[in-house]
Formats: sequence, C-alpha cells, structure tokens
Amino acid sequence: MNHATRAAKFVGDADRTTWHDETLWFVRAKRDKAVYAVPEFQDLRELASQIKDHTLSKLDTYLEQFEEQAKRNGVHVHWAADAAEHNAIILDIIRKHNATRVVKSKSMLTEECHLNPHLLSNGIEVVDTDLGERIIQLRDEAPSHLVLPAIHLKKEDVGETFFQHLGTAKGEIDPQVLTEAARQHLRARFLAAEVAISGVNFAVAETGGVVVCTNEGNADLGVNLAHVHIAAMGIEKLIPRLSDLAVFTRLLARSATGQPVTTYTSHYTKPAAGKEMHIVIVDNGRTKQLGRPDFRASLKCIRCGACMNTCPVYRRSGGHSYDFTVPGPIGAILSPNIDMKKHSSLPFASTLCGSCSDVCPVKIDIHTQLYKWRQVLGEANEIPASKKWSMKLMGRLLTSPKVFGVSGKLARQGIKYLPYSLTHARHFNVWAVARELPTPPKQSFREWYQQQAKNPA
Amino acid sequence: MKVALFVPCYVDQFYPQVGIASLQLLEKLGVKAEFPAAQTCCGQPLANSGCEKDALPIYRHYVDTFSDYDYVVAPSGSCVYHVRKHFDKLEQTPEVQQVRTSAYDLIDFITTVLGVTEIPGTFPHRVGLHLSCHGQRGLHQANESEMTPVRDGQLRRLLGSLNGIELTELDRNDECCGFGGTFCVSEAAISARMGQDRVADHVRNGTTVLTGGDMSCLMHLEGIVRRRQLPMRVLHAAEILNGTLS
Ligand code: SF4
Repeated sequence: MNHATRAAKFVGDADRTTWHDETLWFVRAKRDKAVYAVPEFQDLRELASQIKDHTLSKLDTYLEQFEEQAKRNGVHVHWAADAAEHNAIILDIIRKHNATRVVKSKSMLTEECHLNPHLLSNGIEVVDTDLGERIIQLRDEAPSHLVLPAIHLKKEDVGETFFQHLGTAKGEIDPQVLTEAARQHLRARFLAAEVAISGVNFAVAETGGVVVCTNEGNADLGVNLAHVHIAAMGIEKLIPRLSDLAVFTRLLARSATGQPVTTYTSHYTKPAAGKEMHIVIVDNGRTKQLGRPDFRASLKCIRCGACMNTCPVYRRSGGHSYDFTVPGPIGAILSPNIDMKKHSSLPFASTLCGSCSDVCPVKIDIHTQLYKWRQVLGEANEIPASKKWSMKLMGRLLTSPKVFGVSGKLARQGIKYLPYSLTHARHFNVWAVARELPTPPKQSFREWYQQQAKNPA
Repeated sequence: MKVALFVPCYVDQFYPQVGIASLQLLEKLGVKAEFPAAQTCCGQPLANSGCEKDALPIYRHYVDTFSDYDYVVAPSGSCVYHVRKHFDKLEQTPEVQQVRTSAYDLIDFITTVLGVTEIPGTFPHRVGLHLSCHGQRGLHQANESEMTPVRDGQLRRLLGSLNGIELTELDRNDECCGFGGTFCVSEAAISARMGQDRVADHVRNGTTVLTGGDMSCLMHLEGIVRRRQLPMRVLHAAEILNGTLS
C-alpha cells in the first residue's frame, strides 16, 4: 500500500479530516504568533542552520569530544551501529541491574529502533510516561506526529481507551478527569521504576551533558526516582557549546507549539550520588544519510514538528499514512534513506509548496530534497512503470513542436467530442472525480496567434 | 528589449484567452512580445515525477527556443520557477544562464522589470487572490505567512490599484491549493480535498471572482468551482488587468 491509498482512506472520513486539519492548523497559527513576536526569528533560524551545518561537518570530532567529557563526568557511554545494537545495549544495562520495571519519556529514537517490543518480549515492563505516548502505547499504535504523538485521536477515543485500560467510567471524555486518571496510573509506575530511559534533544560536546525538553516534567520525575538513567540519542543531536543551546531552545518550542520555551529544559550532565547514568549513541542509517550530499541537511532536524503542522497534505492524510516513525515532510526525506522501496511513495506525497522549508527552524530545504529524492527514485526504477513510460513518451513529444501542436489539439478536441460520461468517468479520468474539465475553446492560443499574424487587425 | 511570451501547454489548449490577455496587457504597457512557435514546455511535469533525465532534451529545446530573448515572460510562476531553479541540471553555458535569468512571471515582469505599480481600469467586484506557491514562496512575489503577518505582494498591489475592486481576506492567506502537477492524479483524493478547502475559504469570505497569477492552480480550482456550481468566476489576473472584462 502506498501513501496515496492510505491517505485516501483517511480523507474519506470528511468530518474527521476537517477536525484533524483544523487542530493542526491551530498549532501552526500559534507558532506564527510566537514567531512574529520575535523580530530576530529569521536570524535565529540562520544561526541555528549554520551551527548544525558546522557540527555535521565535524561530527566525528564533536562526538569524540562529547564522549570524553561524558566519561569524565562519570557517565557510561555506549555506541550502537544500528537498532539491534541499541536495543541489545539497553536490555543489557537493565539486566545487569536485575531490573524489570522501566519508565521511558519521549524518544523518537527508541520508537525508530522498536525498543518497546524488544524489552517486552524479554520480560521487561516498559511504560511510556509522556501522556500522548502512553495513550498510544495502551492502544498499541505508532505515534502519528513528532511532538503530538496522539494527535490523530479525539477525546472520545482517549476516553474509550482509558475505560478499557485504566478503569475510568464508560463515556468519560472530560480531559481533566482523563488526565488525572493517567497521572494516578503513571505515578505508581514512576515510583516503582528501577530504570528510566529518556530521549535527548541536544547533546553538548563541550560539557558532555544532554538536554531534554518536555512539557510534562515526566523525564525529570523518571530520572530522579530511578536508580539508573539511560539516555538514547542519534549522532545528529550534538551541538558544540552550551552557549549554542540558547539559539535552539528559543526556536524549538516556538516552532513546535508556539510556546516561548518548553516547560522543562532539563540538563543531565552526571549521575547523582550513588546512581548510574548511561548514554547510548546511535547511528542506525545516519552516517549513510550524512554521506549523501543532497540529503545530508535532513540530519539538522531538531524534531519540532512544525513541518507537519504546516503541511497541507499531512494535515489531511494523518501521520499514519506515512507508515514511518517520523511522518510528514521530514519523514518523507528521511525514510527513503532507510528503505527506498518501501517508502518510495513518500517523496511524492507533496505538492512541493515549500511551506515546510519556510517554517523549519534549522532551514532544511525539505521541498528541494523531496524533489531530489524523486529523481533518485526515478533513476532506481522505484516509480510505477506506467508513469515512467508515459514520461518518456512525453519527453519525446515535448521536444517536437509539430507533434506537440497536433497532440494538444487532439486532447482538446477529445474533451469536446467525446461524451461527458466517458471524459468524466472515474476509471478513465481521476481528475474528473472531484473536478470539471476545462471547457475546450474553439482555438488554441497558438492557432489564434498564427491567424493574427496572417491578418493583423 | 526583445521579449518572448511563453505559453504553458495547458494554457495554449484550454485557456487561450489567458495567453491573449497577457500579450495584450504587455502591449498596453509598451512591450510587444513575440510568441516563438517552436516552444513546447519547460519540462516540469516530467521532472516533478522523478524523470528529470527524460526532461533534459525538453530543457535544451527550451534553451534553443528562448536564449535570443532579453526576457521570457509566462503567465505561470510555476514554469518560470522551474526554469530558474531546475535548469541547473544543464551545463551552464551562456545560453542556459541567459534563459535562467531572463525567465519572468508576467506579474513579476510588470512589477520589477517594467516598474509598473498601477494599472488604470475598473473592476467592481469582490476579488479573492490565490497565491501560487511557486510564485510566492519560490519567486518571492508575495509575503509568506510563515514569516510575517503582513499580507503584501505584487499581485495584491497591482489589482488593488484598480478602481472599485475589493480584495477579500481569507482565513488562510497562502495555503497550497493542492494542484501540484501530477500530484493531482497520483494523490487525487488529497488534491481534491485541498482544492475544496481552498475554494470554501473563498466562499466563506465573499469572493465572487477568484484570481491568481498561475493558471495551473486556477484550472484545478475552477474545476472544483464548476463541479460544485458555485457562484464564482475564475479568471487569470492578466484577464482582469487587461481590462477587457467587466
Ligand atoms: S524538518 Fe525542520 S520543521 Fe520539520 S521537524 Fe525537523 S526541525 Fe522541525
């Protein structure tokens, strides 16, 4: 199944699509307001972009510096080449402590590596403590958005899930009541947890510390209660200096939700007395992307989700239509790097309107990369054969003005003389499912122009 | 000043009046543009489908046809954007560089090259502006809501100079209409929904004449307007500015 098929299914529920579109547009509008209020916002974007470009260009150096500093701080540093290694390392740490109860705050990397199923199948109870994440974990679903993982669900859906799993009353949809139920449920898990896993928003090479941004404070509660903290990060999370961080914290929350800053910006540099801290640094395809000059910049992403909120396609097709851990425009340029065949339709799930590139706080040229992935996919024969051949034919046609004139005329006359039932039949003409065809004029422009030239008025 | 008119294939076949209006409007502004008969296409449909290689001969044909002109003007920002941005795939000969810098969207040409800020005329209607993404975000012909709350742009100014015109304000000033070239076929369901939402915004805000600088978006929106039998005319901005309509 490709994106278009899944998207058509989503958009088939017109009311839900309206609701989804408007909900995310609301977030985009909040972002706009926050952005307009900062006169130097575009300068900040440029700065952030340059810091990330610079960091990626010296990634090896900064990674080593980071490791050295972290070790000096008493942190255990692990390197994972891929998802399997990442999962094995984390399971190993948990087992060394004879632990079975784990809490985890938001981390797209652990989603990407499918850590939860791996831990569960090894007898470890792992509970996501971000509210949205917990909701979809109970429903056994994937996140549909980077920062709003359960944005595809309405409060009625959440009420039903909590009724089934947390024992709230049937039909309870009051957000306050539902959140309170989640708090009570999670509190018990927090208190019992032996190990806390967190993601990483930024890793500072200079200090060896990691920074985690949340709105719920769930990362802090988990880390501070548990004996062991494991922070999982992709190699692209690095920034050189602590002073660079301010640029990103100013951009991140404004771009994500329109807040000036996330409620919690937590710095974890060394383990508390008597406790342990681990950092797992993961590649999982990132160096491969780094090796693709046209697509390298995708690694600058700070996972703010703004490109999703603004994407007119994402808002109407839902995050699950992308069938990849990271949905939306950024997912569409990250996914072919991982599996070109499986995700070949994603770079085409865009009108190339460019709004994503214009909201991106680190100025990733997302829509240009979408265009470039299309070429890579075309070259690799990962686009439908019918499309490929019709394009080849068109290529010939469009280099010959004579044939071009005749075929255009045929197309125009075709609309005129063929019966409506044929030109507008769904099977023959996808265009006409929702739109009328243009009314064919008597003369083409070309014909008019030639006539004018012959008999000037 | 030697100026050529580039008429995209669908305009040639289905909207000749837009080509005619462009030509006449330029003439009124003192520019006699030629229509080189050898022209075909800019190659964008192929390239956007991932077949850039197959489009290269089309690019070369475009260069051969237009490299002698000082300016190549098209009533479609999308084609212009393609020539400027994606002809980087060709070897950058002086001819290629020439066509990449001489390509202008009609409204951009009138505003930037001719320096025209006002068009005499009357158009007493509630006009809704559709900003094409390639014109706006690609060629920077209008402010973007991603950057600033100020709604300003070339077309808004030119149209605003007409007597009696009232420009409608949309809830979403610059959301994409969903045409997207082959996107309208490969993602037909999303494309249609995007177009319907765009049209609904215009209906909600009282647009009776829907216009813009790019006929491809307008063809898509017109298809929806007509299917839904809405009381709204869809016209290319050149038709309005040319002043032959009322
Ligand atoms: S690509 Fe840019 S806009 Fe999209 S999530 Fe990443 S940082 Fe945010």
